[in-house]
Amino acid sequence: MRVNFKNKDFWSGMMLLVIGLVAGWIAQDYKMGTVMRMGSGYFPTILSGILVLFGLALIARATKTTDSISVGWSFRALIILPIAFALFGYLLDRAGFVPAMTVLILGSAIAGTEFKLLEVLGLTVFMTAMCIGIFIYGLGLPYQLIVWPPNFGH
Amino acid sequence: MDTFANLMMGFGVAVTLQNLMYCFIGVFVGTLIGVLPGIGPLGTIAMLLPLTFNVPPVAALIMLSGIYYGAQYGGSTTAILVNLPGETSAVVTCIDGYQMARRGRAGPALAIAAIGSFIAGTFGTLMIAVAGPPLAEFALKFGAPEYFSLMLMSLVAAAVLAQGDMLKSIAMVALGLLLGLVGTDVNTGTQRYSFDVAELSDGIGFIVVAVGIFAIGEIVANLDDSEERVVFTDKIKNLFPSWDDLKVSFMPIMRGTAIGSFFGVLPGTGPAIASFAAYMLEKKISKTPERFGHGAIEGVAAPEAANNADAQCKFIPMLTLGLPASGVMALMLGALTMQGIQPGPEVMTQRPELFWGLIASMWIGNLMLVILNLPLVGLWVKLLSVPYRMLFPAIMAFSAIGVYSVNNSAFEIYLTALFGVLGFIWAKLGFNMTPMLLGFVLGPMMEEHLRRAMLMSRADPTVFVTRPLSLVFIIATVLILLVVLLPAFRKNRSEITAGG
Repeated sequence: MRVNFKNKDFWSGMMLLVIGLVAGWIAQDYKMGTVMRMGSGYFPTILSGILVLFGLALIARATKTTDSISVGWSFRALIILPIAFALFGYLLDRAGFVPAMTVLILGSAIAGTEFKLLEVLGLTVFMTAMCIGIFIYGLGLPYQLIVWPPNFGH
Repeated sequence: MDTFANLMMGFGVAVTLQNLMYCFIGVFVGTLIGVLPGIGPLGTIAMLLPLTFNVPPVAALIMLSGIYYGAQYGGSTTAILVNLPGETSAVVTCIDGYQMARRGRAGPALAIAAIGSFIAGTFGTLMIAVAGPPLAEFALKFGAPEYFSLMLMSLVAAAVLAQGDMLKSIAMVALGLLLGLVGTDVNTGTQRYSFDVAELSDGIGFIVVAVGIFAIGEIVANLDDSEERVVFTDKIKNLFPSWDDLKVSFMPIMRGTAIGSFFGVLPGTGPAIASFAAYMLEKKISKTPERFGHGAIEGVAAPEAANNADAQCKFIPMLTLGLPASGVMALMLGALTMQGIQPGPEVMTQRPELFWGLIASMWIGNLMLVILNLPLVGLWVKLLSVPYRMLFPAIMAFSAIGVYSVNNSAFEIYLTALFGVLGFIWAKLGFNMTPMLLGFVLGPMMEEHLRRAMLMSRADPTVFVTRPLSLVFIIATVLILLVVLLPAFRKNRSEITAGG
């Protein structure tokens, strides 16, 4: 049995298998109950079982299929974009709306393939101003523009 | 109750200044994102949904629906003009629409697409009005076993009919159901999969999942393959189709509408499948099939009618049974729930103004699209020249604000980012996300119905096959699975999903 380690089915199956096993293992802490009065562990256990079954089926199929995961992922976007997005949430009530937006737009732009400094700065100013106008003044979302001094304590 | 009187009441609701405005905003934003590649109706609706919480339920649904069919429409505009389907539903329109444009017939192609969509939209609206009330009344008789079997059937159908690998789609349904269980179990009060995180005790927000996968994950994927876009801008002369064009297109529009309505009520079939089927039918019955692919107007009329009819009819199971037949409908259900309305057959009797107002507004929205968009075609084409590097930071900003505003929670932002990463990886592994979203939305309800069914039958699993209605759904589920295993269907399916 030879498995190509770029095989899509293999990794899909592994993922389902792991999720199913972990979820099923956690579900053993919940009461199973009886069929008539199902506890909170009943349905999750069934679903975990289904995931394990499908995981195994996909791994088995992986020995016959040749569909590989495409190479050349843009790890740059995959890493920077979620971080920029998360930072927005982190900064919003600690430093304020303006810093949070600035970091989000700048971070997104850095994740892109083309980066033109002037254009990005212009976009940041424009987007921040527009969102303040729409969301804070227009829709009345209760966010402070700038928290000074920033509160990174909590 | 009289359908006509109800429709009139609906128009009374839809034709208030406020609701007309929301309808307009909806179709405008929808067309905009339909024209712009890189974000689909799912991502947009998820992103803008939180902003509709302060709006009355009718207005919110009117706007969200407007985005949905506006996007459909915008997608076909770019398909015809630049051979670039703004949405997957418009892939088929590219074939003959773009060829017509290259032969200097962009105007008639756009006009016939608009007319076809409008006729199909009108018919779809009528279908909801006529079929909705009896279906809802029928559904009032459903007990827990019927609901469970019905949900099972639609999830299986959704997984089977969705594009992509069937095995993976069914697994995704299970994963979605599991994700839907995170949080407090309503029956026992047990915390499940919440890992002592306070924010998870209410479950994972469906906006978190939808924005993460369909907005953030989508952007990562788009930055991954940077394709060149060539914008073909030619002056559009003479918008009006000739009398001959209209005569030739009439029957294809009718057939497309019928096909679209049929696929519309089937769960899981995207509009791409309906339009593809309509196109193939026209090509097959045409006396001059060789014209197809070289600018045949029937090749634009039929699929455009089909995808619009499909889009409208997707509302039928959502409004009458509380059952989502597509990803967008899953979001609509979520929007209803967040507005404090329990989706299901009761909506029609308890909130008639919502049901009939929405239907009337759909017709008005379709009319707006025709009247507004043909003259605005030039503007939409100009928008295409906005580079993606300017667009995606804006999408990021709107998504972030949208997610944060739901609960003012930084944690939900982190979770959204995580789903963005997961969505990208799952897509790379060849998983289809729509079945996951459907499972996610139905998860808690399905568990509840299973529990109730088992309680009332005293743990007798045969309850699902001894009650006649439930039996029908179970037989249908089995049939769907059997049909799928037939070799002939397998071949057809891969052709269709490859084509759309």
